[in-house]
Formats: sequence, structure tokens, C-alpha cells
Amino acid sequence: MEDKRSIGPVEARRVVFDEPFVFAAGKALPQWELVYETYGTLNAARTNAILVCHALSGHHHVAGWYADNPKNLGWWDNMIGPGKPIDTERFFVVGVNNLGGCHGSTGPASLDPATGEPWGADFPVVTVPDWVRAQARLADHLGIEQWAAVVGGSLGGMQALQWTIDLPERVRHALVIAAAPKLTAENIAFNDVARQAIITDPDFHGGHFYRYDTRPQRGLRLARMLGHITYLSDDQMAEKFGRKRRSGAGSYSFDVEFEVESYLHYQGDKFAGIFDANTYLLMTRALDYFDPAAPYGDDLAAALARAQAGFLVISFSTDWRFSPARSREIVNALVKNQQPVSYAEIASQHGHDSFLMADSYYHAVVAAYMANVET
Amino acid sequence: MSHAIKRPDFAVIAGWMKPGESVLDLGCGAGELLLLLAERGLRGWGIERDPGHVLAAIENGVNVIQSDLEEGLAGFENDAFDHVVLSRTLQTMRHTQQILAEMLRVGREAVVSFPNFAYWKNRLAILNGRMPVSEDLPYQWYDTPNVRFFTMLDFESLCKEMGIVIRERQVLDEKGLLVTEEHNFLGSLAVYRIGRPR
Repeated sequence: MEDKRSIGPVEARRVVFDEPFVFAAGKALPQWELVYETYGTLNAARTNAILVCHALSGHHHVAGWYADNPKNLGWWDNMIGPGKPIDTERFFVVGVNNLGGCHGSTGPASLDPATGEPWGADFPVVTVPDWVRAQARLADHLGIEQWAAVVGGSLGGMQALQWTIDLPERVRHALVIAAAPKLTAENIAFNDVARQAIITDPDFHGGHFYRYDTRPQRGLRLARMLGHITYLSDDQMAEKFGRKRRSGAGSYSFDVEFEVESYLHYQGDKFAGIFDANTYLLMTRALDYFDPAAPYGDDLAAALARAQAGFLVISFSTDWRFSPARSREIVNALVKNQQPVSYAEIASQHGHDSFLMADSYYHAVVAAYMANVET
Repeated sequence: MSHAIKRPDFAVIAGWMKPGESVLDLGCGAGELLLLLAERGLRGWGIERDPGHVLAAIENGVNVIQSDLEEGLAGFENDAFDHVVLSRTLQTMRHTQQILAEMLRVGREAVVSFPNFAYWKNRLAILNGRMPVSEDLPYQWYDTPNVRFFTMLDFESLCKEMGIVIRERQVLDEKGLLVTEEHNFLGSLAVYRIGRPR
């Protein structure tokens, strides 16, 4: 079913940086690569570029599809395209797979030149500021001095926030969606359970499972099941599954009986089949460590005072993983500094995952804000 | 300046503010007042509960924060703004005293405008046995957002009770023209500039 307003067929590109990348953790990559996609046209003044940062399980394939695989639609295709809220007829949009990812950029499955083997667990622990620096090198490569906007949801929104603090002169607007200024203890705890599920899987082999030609599928599956529960809302699960049974249920066993079990198993299996366990560990750790206020005496307003961007902050009513109250912390810090900010709290049934959904009001808010972003 | 004609109290409010000052507009709607104040060189933020209004304000390019005033202004610092404005909204709020106190906590001073229930036409309507409907009270009793019905005298006595200083007052008739005498009788809309106790 072709969406007339999709950007259409797209291609991933690769850029190789023949220079060391030094991580905040101290380790370095001697050379590194990023995989990215672009949509729309960069104007002559190079002032209409938008960076889309991805969340935990995301990647560079943000919009459109691949000629050889039309079913593989970008994860934010409903938001980005011609005439869509982020309009590719006005803007040049860049999606990138982050360092440590498993979709083509240098990550744990890449070869460590020192050993000739995949990095595995030895891949440097990567932080949000690391990603911002890597993305800035991609901007340099594309000849983009300043982004018209940096946009992201969840962990992507955190990158947008970090951009405005670390490289303030390079961001005109930031769209921080379903994010938080830092994780709560509860949030870190969820991440830890997910990591423990992976690390304690006998097939994990201390992160060097590639050597054994195996994957910690069971651990990844559990991690994803847990994640999914936290991304949905109770109401939505009740509505979607309730206590519905599968046909032939009622056997008084531990087989799949309830629809919700079936759904979680399906989601877990699907994810475990495609995602890299080491990347999952790295991404959740980056979430845990994210705390842009820390270098500024734990004062978020002091950190954000550096920003020169206009902000649109969006939260969703049923998101309990990154609740509206967490977005309000960002808004309140910006208002304290008398910085330009708008904030919308979207009434939505879909929990944290709402930021990926095509809610008409949510999309109208983004479109309205973007219409005022000068190119 | 079409919105200034539609909302004569805006001209009064804007007249009390100077370029370079900051303002928080509570219940900012689509941001008409904030646009007017931006034209005059003020920096503004609005608070609005209604999603349609929030969207319109974002379209207008003003800073708008979606939030319910009844929950207060807890996220904002003391003395965060030069002015806090509550135009034609106080009568729709349940927590009257709390919002007035909060306005004067986050703002150095505040502006409040509200329909005067003691306006002569309203008095006449009541005398004739019906609830008033007018330019400044444009609702039927069964669909009005207003939950508090008060007069200028009522408001002034509440200010006295709360130790709020009334710095200036402008009163408008239904046409938006300034009323110069018998304010509580001839005034349809009252606009007050208030401050903390000295």
C-alpha cells in the first residue's frame, strides 16, 4: 500500500572517518564509519538541514523505503516526507545510525583492527555527548554548519537536548519529544533487568558470542518483552488485549494462553532475531548515563542557559516511562532562563510509543512549529 | 491591530508594559495578546489548557505551555516575570485566591481583567428575572465557562483581604470605551494592575 506522500525509495549512505574517535569513557576508535540517509534537498545556503536522532532500537532508516524491499518503511515515515509535519519539500532531513549501533555504523559487531575480531563487549561504552560529537562530524562532512532543527523522541530527544548544550551555535531549534532530563532510579532499574536478561544468557559469552557463531536470543527476547511493557500503557493493553484468550486455551498450563502473552512473545522474538545484544547494552547504558545537568552543578537551567535554540517539548499523557512531569522539568528550566519554548502534552492512549504514532493533533503541533522554522 | 479592537482590554494591558520586559499570560488562547506585546518589544510566554488554542498559539509562533492553571504555577520560580496576566479568565477558575497569590509570587506585578457582574445591563437582566448575557458575558447560563460571578467591589474587597495592592484600574463599557465615572455601574469589563503588599 503506497503512501502517496512518502518520500519514496531511499538509499543508505556511508561515510568513513579516517581519524580517531575518542569516547568520553577514554577509549578510542582508530577510524570509524557512520551510515546515514538523507531526504529532500539541501538549499544553496545550507540552512534547511534537520537531524533526526534515533531512540534505543532505532537507526538511520527514518523515512521512505528501499527499492529492493518496499515493505521496509522508515520508522518515522508518518512524520517525515513531502507535505508531512517535517516537510521534505522544505527541509533536508538527515537520519543517522549512531556509533555502537547494529545497522551499519561502527559498533560492537564491527572488527576491532587490533584483534581482527568483532569488538563485542570490548566496544567502548558510548554516551549521548559522544553521539553528538559523532553527528557533528557527519554535519561537517555534509557541509552543514548549523541545523535548522535537531529532532528526536525518547533517547533521540535526549540527543536533541544535548546538542543544544554542547554545540549551541549549531542548533536553531530542538524538538524534544517524550524525553526526560535524566533517568529516574526506576528507569535505570528497568534497563538493568533488561541487561541482566542478556548478560546471564549462556549464549552471551561475555559479549563475545560472535566467536561462537551464536546469539543470546533468549536474553534479548526477555529484554525486549520488558521494554515493551514499559512503552505501552495499562489502558492500551486492556483495550488491545484485555484478558482475551487464544483459541484452545484453558489447559491449565504455562503455555501461551492470553493474547497479551502471544503479543509479547512475538515482539520479543522479532526483535531478538534482528538486534545486536551488545548494542542493546550500550544504548541502555547511554540512557542511564544521560545527565546533561551534571557538569553544571546538577542545575538543568544552568546547563540549558548555553542553548541558543528555540524549543518544542512534547510529552504524552499515558507515557509513564518518560512522563509529562519529566518534560515539564525541561520546560521549567527553559522558562527560568527566559528561553523560547513551547510545550504540548498530547492526550494519547499509546504510552511511550505514542511518539511514533500518527496522532493527528501531535502531528499538527509538530507541523505548526516546523512551519515557523526558517530555512 | 484587529485583535485590539476585538479585545479592548489588550490595549489597556499593553499600555502598562514596557519594551524589554517579560510577561506570562495565563490562559493565553491563540496568543493574540502575546503577539501584540511581542510587537511592542516584550518577551512573552503563555499558559493554555485547551489543545486547539495551544495549536493555534504554536501556529502564531508564540511561546505556549500546555498546562492547567487550576494546578497552579508550581514549576515557575519566584520573580520569574515582570508581569503576569490573567485576562478574562479569573471568573472561570475555582481556586481564585491561590491563582492571585501565585501570580504575585512569579510576577513582580500582575494584571487581571474580568467581566463586571454589576454592570447596569447585568443588573437589569437580573431585575427582569433572567441571568445576564452581554458582550463581556456572552454565554447562556447552561454553557458558560464562568464559575465565579463577582463585581468590581467584590474584587477590590478580596484584594484588601489578601493584602494585594491595586496600582491602577481601567474600566471599559461594552463598546470597549473607557468609563470615567460610576465604574461599578457603567463598567462592563474591569482591568486591574495589582502588586504585592508594600
